[in-house]
Amino acid sequence: MTLDEVLNSLFPSGHAVSVGNEGIITGSARRPGGEPVSVIGVANGVALGTAGVLPLAEQVLQVIAAGGDTPILVLVDTQGQLMTRRDEMRGLNEYLAHLAKCLLLASQQGHRTIGLEYGKAAAGAFLATALATDTLIGLPGATPTVMDLPSVSRVTKLPVEQLEELSKTTPVFAPGLEHMVQMGAFAAVWDPAQPLDAQLEATLATGPSGDVRDETGERRKGRPMAASVARRVIADALVQSGGRATA
Amino acid sequence: MMATPETYGHSSWLQATARQRIAGLLDPDSFTEFLRPSERIQSPHLHLFDLPAAFDDGVVIGRGNLDGAPVLLAAQEGQFMGGTFGEVSGAKIVGLLRAARDHPELPRTVLLLLDSGGVRLQEANAGELAVAEIMRAVVEARVAGVAVIALVGGRAGAFGGAGLTAATCSRIIVSEQGRIGVSGPEVIETNKGVEEFDSKDKALVWSVTGGKNRRLIGGADAFAADTMEGFRAAAKAILGHAPGFDLRSMRAEQDRLSKREILFAGCDDAASMWKILGIDDPHDISAMDTDLFVTLANAIEGASHDAR
Repeated sequence: MTLDEVLNSLFPSGHAVSVGNEGIITGSARRPGGEPVSVIGVANGVALGTAGVLPLAEQVLQVIAAGGDTPILVLVDTQGQLMTRRDEMRGLNEYLAHLAKCLLLASQQGHRTIGLEYGKAAAGAFLATALATDTLIGLPGATPTVMDLPSVSRVTKLPVEQLEELSKTTPVFAPGLEHMVQMGAFAAVWDPAQPLDAQLEATLATGPSGDVRDETGERRKGRPMAASVARRVIADALVQSGGRATA
Repeated sequence: MMATPETYGHSSWLQATARQRIAGLLDPDSFTEFLRPSERIQSPHLHLFDLPAAFDDGVVIGRGNLDGAPVLLAAQEGQFMGGTFGEVSGAKIVGLLRAARDHPELPRTVLLLLDSGGVRLQEANAGELAVAEIMRAVVEARVAGVAVIALVGGRAGAFGGAGLTAATCSRIIVSEQGRIGVSGPEVIETNKGVEEFDSKDKALVWSVTGGKNRRLIGGADAFAADTMEGFRAAAKAILGHAPGFDLRSMRAEQDRLSKREILFAGCDDAASMWKILGIDDPHDISAMDTDLFVTLANAIEGASHDAR
């Protein structure tokens, strides 16, 4: 789906969401019942740099400052972080982490944050946007890519064909929405043939549940060890500290 | 064999292993490891690539004392798979942070000894998610009153997910050799060309990503000498003084990063940023010893702040 198709299906009675220079999405819309939704994001597959982060984080902070429980929708189509010497020199890691922290603060303050990936998402920009939301949703055709196969091939010295074969038995390294769903990154994939506003309402109707991505990945057989290792660490920390193992 | 504690304190953090750093940082014999290597909690994926696993998957976690104060700690081993975040190595850090978040009887300080090029390529999807879970757990722990302190001074630096993790923490301690960033110089050169970033130009790489630049522009809160004692002293000074996490601190960070964007808008290299900060001869910076540099950095407006 294109961004316009996504927005029109999410907000059939209209919206005040716009895409600025450099593909930065800001604005707001209303839910069927009239309650506001704050909308931010990255469009057109552009790379996210220091300049792009600031208006996005600014809007999130204004939503938090206004109080209430207005949900924040994060639309994502980005090729990754901007790769320039200038952005690195100015501390791009702080800017990307800042956006993630603002979204996480919003969650803490009672705002539901929903990520919706309808295009690309990769690397540091993936962490700063989609992966910093409470609930991440994919649309068919989304292409989350932590590392493309040619790069994996270069480093591992295994031919791409062999990696493609290997990716059929493990979702752990190969790009693709299906693999990231199995890992627990995405809570669900929406049906583009059905109105998205109803699917957004259904998602908002479910309460926030904390970070269950590792447990989801365990259930979907994408990450066999992450959830159990985290649980064992907590138990061991309590035992070694003279506490109870059952907490 | 082991050096005496005195000479050990002067040995290099950069060259040390994760376990040596823990021994050099904490009070003698105070460290207790969680999920010890004898439990063989290792990567279930590396064998697919004919790579050897490690019984700690390159992360050592546990608790100990720093100058008598109890701390939780995770240390990445930069010499195993570049200190990368894999499914298991990442989950160990996630578990440690969640333990601190949920159990007030555990130490209220977590030290993250980062030494990582970012996500482990062979486990890219699991590693990326582990970083997302770590960042969320850092924030949740901070909200629960835990101070999370990043220490960066290893060979792999803190890039990719480690660079973002560092900037999610309450405080960042860096040494001159501790490089911090998102895309490494080699990655930028490969993708954007040598004109954008010449990764062989060591002085350029250092000026962009190195610890002194990070400290000068406020991207790190403390500068440590590249020794065990250097990091120990810097960490001790921070204990009990880490900023909280709330709307006020995030608003302050927004203002801080917005100002930086404007202040350095015309700068094409690090030296021109340092000139704007009032450093008359930027070329002096690389030669300056630790004490002089710390004094200089502490006097720069905006370099020290609670906006994190």
